[in-house]
Amino acid sequence: MGKRQREEEAELEREEREADAHAGKFLPSQIRNKCKRSEAYAKVKLEKKKAKKQKFKQRDAADKEALELGELPPPRKIPRTIENTREADETVAEPDDEELQAEVGADEFSNYFKHDITPKVLLTTSQQNSVPTRKFCQDLLAVIPNCFYYKRGTYNLKQIVKYAINREFTSIVVINENRKEPNGMLVVNLPEGPTAHFKLSSVVLGKDIKGHGRATRHQPELILNNFTTRLGHRVGRMFASLFPQDPNFRGRRAVTFHNQRDFIFFRHHRYIFESREIKEKKEKLHKADPKKAKEKKKQPKEEVITRLQECGPRFTLKMMSLQHGTFDSKYGEYEWLHKPDMDTSRRRFFL
Amino acid sequence: MQHDEVIWQVIGHKHCSYRTKTVTQNFCRNEYNVTGLCNRSSCPLANSRYATIKEIDGTLYLYMKSIERAHSPKDLWERVKLPRNYAKALETIDKHLAFWPRFLVHKNKQRLTKMTQYLIRMRKLALKVKPKLMTMPAKQVQREARREAKAEIAAVLDRSIEKELLQRLKSGTYGDIYNFPMKEYEKVLDMESMEAADEEEEDAAEEEEEEEEPEVEYVEGYEMEDEEDEIEDIATDLKERYNGSSESDSDDEEDNPRRGVGGKRGVTLPSKREARDALAIKADAAQRKKRRGHVEIEYEEEQENQSSRM
Repeated sequence: MGKRQREEEAELEREEREADAHAGKFLPSQIRNKCKRSEAYAKVKLEKKKAKKQKFKQRDAADKEALELGELPPPRKIPRTIENTREADETVAEPDDEELQAEVGADEFSNYFKHDITPKVLLTTSQQNSVPTRKFCQDLLAVIPNCFYYKRGTYNLKQIVKYAINREFTSIVVINENRKEPNGMLVVNLPEGPTAHFKLSSVVLGKDIKGHGRATRHQPELILNNFTTRLGHRVGRMFASLFPQDPNFRGRRAVTFHNQRDFIFFRHHRYIFESREIKEKKEKLHKADPKKAKEKKKQPKEEVITRLQECGPRFTLKMMSLQHGTFDSKYGEYEWLHKPDMDTSRRRFFL
Repeated sequence: MQHDEVIWQVIGHKHCSYRTKTVTQNFCRNEYNVTGLCNRSSCPLANSRYATIKEIDGTLYLYMKSIERAHSPKDLWERVKLPRNYAKALETIDKHLAFWPRFLVHKNKQRLTKMTQYLIRMRKLALKVKPKLMTMPAKQVQREARREAKAEIAAVLDRSIEKELLQRLKSGTYGDIYNFPMKEYEKVLDMESMEAADEEEEDAAEEEEEEEEPEVEYVEGYEMEDEEDEIEDIATDLKERYNGSSESDSDDEEDNPRRGVGGKRGVTLPSKREARDALAIKADAAQRKKRRGHVEIEYEEEQENQSSRM
């Protein structure tokens, strides 16, 4: 819709400008003297600012008037964001999509969700590894229950995959590093795959987060946000399969994988639910007057809020490839592979 | 015209395009050179009789040239394939270079050793898994970093996590861990309001009954004084009826307060949760018991009143 409208607006603006020029007005850019030009420009800017202020004032006044009349205020304009102007993707699936349900019931992860298998994760690094990567691994060990760190040594990944299958591990997580900083994460689901390769960035260890807490050993609950497409669902399930499916809610630990514009943000929190005291006092008042209380009870008079404390680590993932089967860089079949020509639009997302 | 000495005079002392000079030594880059050094005895150009070993696609060949073929460069070199077995290859060299200068035989054997070793190493390395190196174009890295920062802002992570957790609390994922009167609480509230309405209705019904009963009494009393037996009968009937109904009523009423308290439980619990104290909970429970008793007494009084009216 925007293009034609914009063209029309541009046309109007040009006409206005020409009219101004005929009337003896000059655009600031047409003035050659710098002092005069900046003066004129300042004037224009001030006018624009005033107009904007006026616009907001009018809007607020209209809202107020409508409220006084008991009407609904005029609807606010919805700002255009990258999210709501996202390029249409036909694989975006509703959670009650039948096809998706069928697919989900038969995929490699279905056993986890049926509680047939409890996840057991092997964590390791690249062959060359340094202190920051190992510290990051330490943090990850605290996050993922039933996770075991193995020194990489000189083993290649295929050997590790074999070893892990024999020891009944269900996933392998490999942290890659570049210039002594973790920069990649490979998640291999066992025994049949798939294998996902993520770019790892902005890693912050729990220790470096201000006001961080220490996580307990309870099994955390998972929050998977915004995984909408088929691929997204699959990746989400892959993350979920790293964690036990029976979270211990008393531990009040939440592990979040939040997908926004194909970046997956990992966060680890402790949380607490609290209610506000003022509301409680009101309740007491109501008790004295039962009739009033009954009236008021129907409205939720007590607001419960969540409070969070971050435990760390925090990092961001971006998927580079999803491979069918376990790790095989030479002959592996890719379900999805990031290519440079996918980056041509900033409103196209795949997860 | 092959004059070894003349050739060496030229290329050895003046210019040779194959020569590479270093500080300590001069090397030869001619591919037929058996040692790689630049000197008179190992120069493939200045020696009309020469032998060397070359590797072509993993197989080794013994190359020999002799002065008899010097006039046709096409057929200058005679090539013999060397077997893969090292010992057999040595034998072949011995066989073909039987009457050649010792120097060339020795250097060729040395070269064979060196080349078999590097071939073995090559094959081993080819089997070994090596990491795939990838480029990180600075432009892409910077762009991604920028987009990531913006996406993080758009995600409003803390708020969306809080929202999700609250949503879970409201949908009852956490069961009865928390005492927040969320869904259950509202349900109980609805029930309570329903009960309250029921009670009112019941009260109204009772009142009606009360109004009715005296009417019946009066009517009967006025109508017939002689049939006292009948009146008594009716009276006993009524009593029975009333007692029966009262019993059922009292049952209901015993239930009701409990349900009512259940409703109140939701209200009182936040304070309990605040205290987080077992004692406080006990005290609370005791209070609730007391309240219940009090309520019962009230109802008994009502019953007494009714019976006295009877």
